[in-house]
Amino acid sequence: MQKAVIFDYGVGNLLSLKCAIERAGLDVFIGSSTQDLAQADAIVLPGVGSFTPVAKKLAGFKEIIQTKVTEGVPLLGICLGLQLFFEESAEGPGEGLALFKGKVVQLQGDLKIPHMGWNTFNSVKACELFNGINNEKAYVYFVHSFYPVPFDECVVCAKTTYGLPFTSAVVDKNMYGLQFHPEKSGDVGLQILQNFVKIVTR
Amino acid sequence: MPLTKRIIPCLDVDHGKVVKGINFIQLKSAGDPVELAKRYSDEGADELVFLDITASHEKRDILRQYVENVAKKINIPFTVGGGIRNVVDARNVLCSGADKISVNTAAVEKPEIITELADAFGRQCIVVAIDAKRNLSPSPGKVTIQTVDGPVWFEVTICGGRISTGIDAVAWALQTEKLGAGEFLVTSMDKDGTENGFDLELTCAISERVHVPVIASGGAGLPQHFVDVLTTGKADAALAASVFHYNKYPISLVKNYLCNAGVPIRQ
Repeated sequence: MQKAVIFDYGVGNLLSLKCAIERAGLDVFIGSSTQDLAQADAIVLPGVGSFTPVAKKLAGFKEIIQTKVTEGVPLLGICLGLQLFFEESAEGPGEGLALFKGKVVQLQGDLKIPHMGWNTFNSVKACELFNGINNEKAYVYFVHSFYPVPFDECVVCAKTTYGLPFTSAVVDKNMYGLQFHPEKSGDVGLQILQNFVKIVTR
Repeated sequence: MPLTKRIIPCLDVDHGKVVKGINFIQLKSAGDPVELAKRYSDEGADELVFLDITASHEKRDILRQYVENVAKKINIPFTVGGGIRNVVDARNVLCSGADKISVNTAAVEKPEIITELADAFGRQCIVVAIDAKRNLSPSPGKVTIQTVDGPVWFEVTICGGRISTGIDAVAWALQTEKLGAGEFLVTSMDKDGTENGFDLELTCAISERVHVPVIASGGAGLPQHFVDVLTTGKADAALAASVFHYNKYPISLVKNYLCNAGVPIRQ
């Protein structure tokens, strides 16, 4: 039986995510040690907290995460978890996991920040996470003030418009990043998590 | 498609049970917050707000328990407010599965609490609730708005509207935004319970001046009231209790109405 770990940075609500992944059909535990990461069949970096303290907390686990990803273990990053895939963030000092080249920048413009609420996304390239989802009608829940700017455009698999279009999902091999919260996105979010579970359990 | 406007049912909870009139049929136990939350979520609510009105020492455990049960059952965001006075109270609620916490009286009594909470959990989960009342006596230094009733300013009240603080609600919103508020829940104490429409001038006065989202509350009685507050009132979200509880206008009906009026809505 496969098991995913939700990496605990020590802040905020992880219960909703745990319940949502369980509902999608995968065993999951919350952990924060090298051993927890080592024994997991999938790693989830949740979307709670802010860049600098979390990057600091993750610094000691960079190597094990990289090793697991190289071994082919699926990695899912949600919101801040996705932003940590990159090298640096305008939110504050610190080093991300640098699994993807590029940086995280702040949303700009006259619109209200954070970008909070339900919005759609446009698929720009096929991604298994979005199997069975009709993009035009699929609303997902966002709450963020920053977004990733990948160096390599071909990792971008979805974009969302809030004032200007920004990258709302990335994928590269077994690494999947979502700027929105699937665990808070109703049935659409459940479908996305079920697609992730299919990837983990095949 | 743009970011949609949010429709948020509010549930008052006492000792783990939803109180105030609830008139749903087909519910096993009318007062179960989990069952109601699930029902609203299935009907298309974009978020939920739980206002805990339990006033007793066993509060924390009750609160933790029902928040956890709600989190296990629904997959839309929810906010919990009522009696959160410090970082420890907030952590208990957030770690039990709430996405945001709302503070009101505690923030008025000790504004620094907002910064402490925002630093600990991120400002996106800190909702500052403002209960405001129109004040018709002119007062220098207050943000005065011209209305059909003449010039008014909006005064912050606490303890369910019983205590007027002399604080200007618009100035208070700007101050608490600087301190770390991630969203405002603005309730009109004049309109609350009247079902004759939101206070558009109040909502607009705050929403135009702050840079974070504003949830309007108090006065919803007809679907048109939602259109008014989300367009003229410039609110990002609208909250209501009784119209939904009594099933007078189910969420899906209100959302259809908004959609036909051209308001961006998730359906």
